[in-house]
Amino acid sequence: MWVVFKKEIRSFLGSFIAYIVMGVFLVITGIFMWVIQENNVLDLGIASLQVMFNIAPYILIFLVSAITMRSLSEERRLGTIEILTTRPVSDTSILLGKYLAAVGLIVFTLLPTLFYYYTIHQLADPLQGVDNGATWGSYLGLILLAASYASIGLFASSLTDNQIVSLIISMVLCFFWYGVLSLLGDIKALDLIGKSLEWFSLDFHYQSISRGVLDTRDIIYFLGFIATFLGGTKLVFESRKW
Amino acid sequence: MSIQVHQLSKRYGTQWAVNDLSFDIPTGEIVGFLGPNGAGKSTTMKILTGYIPATSGEAVVCGHNLSTDSLAVRQRVGYLPEHNPLYLDMYVMEYLRFSAGMAGVTKVKSAVEKAIELTQLTPERNKKIGQLSKGYRQRVGLAQALIHDPEVLILDEPTSGLDPNQVVEMRNVIKNLGKDKTVLLSTHIMQEVEAMCNRVILLNHGKIVADNTLEGLKQTSPTDSLETIFRNLTSHVGRI
Repeated sequence: MWVVFKKEIRSFLGSFIAYIVMGVFLVITGIFMWVIQENNVLDLGIASLQVMFNIAPYILIFLVSAITMRSLSEERRLGTIEILTTRPVSDTSILLGKYLAAVGLIVFTLLPTLFYYYTIHQLADPLQGVDNGATWGSYLGLILLAASYASIGLFASSLTDNQIVSLIISMVLCFFWYGVLSLLGDIKALDLIGKSLEWFSLDFHYQSISRGVLDTRDIIYFLGFIATFLGGTKLVFESRKW
Repeated sequence: MSIQVHQLSKRYGTQWAVNDLSFDIPTGEIVGFLGPNGAGKSTTMKILTGYIPATSGEAVVCGHNLSTDSLAVRQRVGYLPEHNPLYLDMYVMEYLRFSAGMAGVTKVKSAVEKAIELTQLTPERNKKIGQLSKGYRQRVGLAQALIHDPEVLILDEPTSGLDPNQVVEMRNVIKNLGKDKTVLLSTHIMQEVEAMCNRVILLNHGKIVADNTLEGLKQTSPTDSLETIFRNLTSHVGRI
């Protein structure tokens, strides 16, 4: 598992996609946080990272999908999947190695945003005025959300040998689970169905964790979500054996 | 026995790619899998390496049954798939270290050195795989197959697409490896078998049409060339 993990990290950091994707993420969150008029931290006058945590889920859809798009599709296109799967390593550890590498890269991308936290911490008046519970809760929520996106991305990547197709499938699925489902809850006509569909959206549980209250139901939801998509990935990955 | 295959069959949809195949390969033999395209050579190799399961029948490699103990087989088999798939953006050394790790080798460094030496990759060892010529890429493919010092080597068309000089070099490398390993290689070129193998298994439409030593095969019709024998066996027999 760790052999695959290391290879994935190395090959990703050796490609241009890595730096473009990470750069884009930091630039966009930076612009939203500090530059865009009226909505930025300085104009709002509230010492919180809420601006970033509101916009990040949407940027992460693109970021995570770009990280995972080649993970399995490239192996299939090159045919190296045949070598990979005839090594004395189980399919599960190959997939877990690839999945954990993607999650590791996402966490690595999020690290520089801690600088925003430090900035706000220093700007706050009084000095200890940042809501730490909400901030760290939001970070945890963001990581769980990104880890869920990564499981969708890996699944999408197992479906095709074309990176671009994989990217698009992944972005559509992520947007559906994050955005579309939670919007259904706002439609009055759907009433209870809408509300229960909303419960299945990633956004619902992300918002819940972001308040800084750790609810085991949210954690279980995220872990179950990830396990479901990884299970689906394994099913597709092993379809050659049918 | 290194490889024992008993009534092996593989069906894709309604098509039988391999149909009721049985043969044994004793340890230390170099066997050529011969046959036209679509005869079932690659499919049989994919089954023997554990990439896909057989529809029915049994395959035992190095004493381990593939349907129940695939991991143990994969530990003892080195595989070079058709078209030699490689990560073109990886460095030769980096790729071989990765292969060694995947194969569960503990002494990675010495395994990599040995594979490089056996395949004579030394002059190109620090390059990216994408920069290598086809002949050297083929050697990298072979090096990853023997990185864990396997008992059995399964090579799917190891010389296809190489120029005449590279073909000769590749044959020598494989012949050398055959001194202490069982080798099963596929090809559709008769001379290939003549140059490397002790024995030939001729496939057509998923069935064995000949399983003989080279001399034995020649004696079946002494007046014909090997080429003619090949054509005779594969163009009429087994076609429904």
